[in-house]
Amino acid sequence: MIPIAGVVAVIVVTAATLAIGAFGLRVSRTTSDFYVASRSVGPVANASAIGGEYLSAASFLGVAGLILARGADSLWYPVGWTAGYLILLVFVAAPLRRSGAYTLPDFAHLRVESLPTRRAASVLVVLIGVLYLIPQFQGAGLTLRALTGAPSWVGAVVVAVVVLLNVVAGGMRSITLVQAFQYWLKLVALLLPISFFLVVWDGQGSPGTGRLRVTDWVEPLTGPHALYLTYSLILATFLGTMGLPHVVVRFYTNRDGRAARRTTVAVLGLLSCFYLLPPLYGVLGRVYAFDLVRDGRTDSVVLELPSRVIGGPLGDFFTALLGAGAFAAFLSTSSGLVVSVAGVVSQDLLSHLFDGVAAFRMAATLAATATLGLTLASSGLAVAHAVELAFAVAASTFCPLLLLGIWWRGLTAPGALAGLVAGGGLSSAAVTATMFGVSAHGWFGAVLTQPALVTVPLSFTVMVAGSLLTRAYLPRHLSQTMVRLHAPEHLSLDRGSYHPEKTTVRRRKRPSSAV
Amino acid sequence: MSHGAAPPRRERVTGPRRTAGRSRRMSVPSEIDARTPLGEVYMQSLVRSQLRLAVGVVLLLACTLGALPLLFWAFPALTRLHVLGIPLPWFLLGFAAYPFLLVVGRFYVRRAERNERAFTDLVDPQ
Repeated sequence: MIPIAGVVAVIVVTAATLAIGAFGLRVSRTTSDFYVASRSVGPVANASAIGGEYLSAASFLGVAGLILARGADSLWYPVGWTAGYLILLVFVAAPLRRSGAYTLPDFAHLRVESLPTRRAASVLVVLIGVLYLIPQFQGAGLTLRALTGAPSWVGAVVVAVVVLLNVVAGGMRSITLVQAFQYWLKLVALLLPISFFLVVWDGQGSPGTGRLRVTDWVEPLTGPHALYLTYSLILATFLGTMGLPHVVVRFYTNRDGRAARRTTVAVLGLLSCFYLLPPLYGVLGRVYAFDLVRDGRTDSVVLELPSRVIGGPLGDFFTALLGAGAFAAFLSTSSGLVVSVAGVVSQDLLSHLFDGVAAFRMAATLAATATLGLTLASSGLAVAHAVELAFAVAASTFCPLLLLGIWWRGLTAPGALAGLVAGGGLSSAAVTATMFGVSAHGWFGAVLTQPALVTVPLSFTVMVAGSLLTRAYLPRHLSQTMVRLHAPEHLSLDRGSYHPEKTTVRRRKRPSSAV
Repeated sequence: MSHGAAPPRRERVTGPRRTAGRSRRMSVPSEIDARTPLGEVYMQSLVRSQLRLAVGVVLLLACTLGALPLLFWAFPALTRLHVLGIPLPWFLLGFAAYPFLLVVGRFYVRRAERNERAFTDLVDPQ
């Protein structure tokens, strides 16, 4: 493999990302811009941006790697990540947009009107964001190593620096444009090579089909505790999507609740197109790159295939294209995560020390450097599994908060807080143990690796029971909040006076240009 | 709940009632804003219709996609069937699930907007 092509690809994507970011810089000047691009984003650009932000290292590299290693059961990862948007659509999309919340802590604050619950939500946003960022940085290291032979930490540092430059300079507006561009780059980068590979494979008379007929690979539910693990994965991915900080912040960029629904359906379409492709890489990897399973390097199958199937200059070109797509995946997801984590940290923790924009920049720097440190310390779990663990924490915390908060009048602040602490504490303990290399056997081991099936019902139960026991703490403006969440915007009704920028912990000092 | 917070009702004291059924004295939006029992009923009807729809979609999802692992577990012979030369689980999860999710999503949006239109007609007939 010639490293030059790979290096050029990474440089081009990085430069394009920074260039589009710089273009956006001129129009993002106010605090609102930094958080939510002031809602001036069109629906197609918005749906592409959501897709571009959501399709991370796990989708681009990890799914193919897991399918190569484990076969049929891993098909649930992409299905779950798509179905998660359907659940988000039917329960959360329109009410969340109508709530006017920028972030999940904003939503918690609006609905249960309590600062401690808001703070718990802020801590969880940071936790989920960092858990999700670690595999992105790890994937970047792995990609740069596959492309150029550089040690893994180099890629992680490169992604951290580029994301920081971009986020600190431009905020959300530039991120939206960058991410819309990156969805299409990722789609083309996977689509073009795999079409060639399939033609070549067919032309060679479909070799290697013997390896595709191995029972415990091609058939689902063959491993120990397979049924539990599969349903736990389904629960985490189906319910976790709505609780991801970088997904939620996107909804504010829709014009109204109706637009939020329509954007979400468009996202479903974009994701459906994309997720048809990674499994094909896993299957062809089984034919052409089976040795990666033995070496435990399945996450790099997408990058290795071109040189194995075609080779020569065309193979190098495809390697470069895939490397570019992979880098687009790390950059877009990491940017979205850093923006949303930084938004929450600056709003809730730093706003009394610095003014809006400075606090945001400070928080972004903190988030990126802390994650970088943790990445280097983590044990290198399969990328897709690591991402799914972040989903498990989201499903055990924000999913019950959102579902009960939107659809059940009975949710109280103490109940919500108890549920967040119980679900978040247990799931993140399991996840952290798994991510940093603790392993156990038997049922306990299965629960540690996929905690959602235990922690999600638990969190719901605690939230409901806690609310029923503390009915005196029903929020004062509950009725207006329900009107705000559910009534279409064009009706002139009393929706309460909540506004996220006016009800932060302490009033934020904002630049005078902010409206 | 206290009715004292509600704005004073305007009473018409002269003239016969023109239509028998017209007993409403406040507009629906002000019923909702004042949180009268009638206003709460209007809001609940919207929330319930949307919740019913959402739960319906989730049940549909649970009985189709969600039932697949149980089906494959209970009837392993299913996993050895082939569709278009592809093993059934791979065909369903690698391909068929996506158009299915998209169709369900579109169906949901149409119904949810219909529910909102019905609510709008009720609250604000113009």
